[in-house]
Amino acid sequence: MDNIQYAILLAGAILCAYCAIVSKRILSATLYLAGISALVSTVIYKLGAMQVAVIELSVGAGLVTVLLVYALSVVGDDALDPSSIISKPMAFIVVALTISILGWMAYTKWAIVESTGSIVLADVLWQQRVLDVWIQIALIFSGVMGVLGLLSEQKPGQTGDVPL
Amino acid sequence: MNLTPLNIVFWGVAGLFGVGLYGLLITRNLIKVVMVLQILVKAVVLALVLAGKISGNLGLGQSIAATVIVVDTIVAVVGLALAVQVRRRFGTLDVSKIDTLRG
Repeated sequence: MDNIQYAILLAGAILCAYCAIVSKRILSATLYLAGISALVSTVIYKLGAMQVAVIELSVGAGLVTVLLVYALSVVGDDALDPSSIISKPMAFIVVALTISILGWMAYTKWAIVESTGSIVLADVLWQQRVLDVWIQIALIFSGVMGVLGLLSEQKPGQTGDVPL
Repeated sequence: MNLTPLNIVFWGVAGLFGVGLYGLLITRNLIKVVMVLQILVKAVVLALVLAGKISGNLGLGQSIAATVIVVDTIVAVVGLALAVQVRRRFGTLDVSKIDTLRG
């Protein structure tokens, strides 16, 4: 029964991913992306990583969707469908080769280890990986400042050059 | 082959990553490039959680996955802001038309 549930969730996620890529309208692709987030977060929850599942659902299906809709409201949702950079059969062959090689490399190293005990995420995050947390905080502030700078519009008559 | 739920998740990660890679190769719209990167990172996050489950250290897998989610969100935000500016300046989001570096 577990096998069937995982298979349905992951097949749904892969189908939503394909629909997002081939969709002509970006707004439809945005909704498919939110669907992928919801399905992937369900799989993550079933694997036992509850906290990451909640983060993935709120950030992936919530924040990123809102950001994409905002960006679309600014640039407009043109039904843009130019031909791809490389031919689709060639892209399919490249992807199939890459996934086969990566899958073979990962699968041969497969060895399930018995869990040594319940390790609380908070202990790992705030003790072993505390540097990661501080770097994330710095990245968030840098990202916000960068975006504010990018989205600011110049006043009329202002060239942006610094006078010598 | 004995198909366990972890095996199914492994092949699901491979499929999701493959679809994302295919999208990255064929798409020319800048906003769609950002979206395809989101798909790839979702596959990576799932792979990290799966690796934590397999190795018996789910806490470490979760913490790294949370870091990846935060970084990816910042990349998406900055990428979309750049796309908005590119659209304002060049009038298009087609990556093949914005390949000349000019002032």
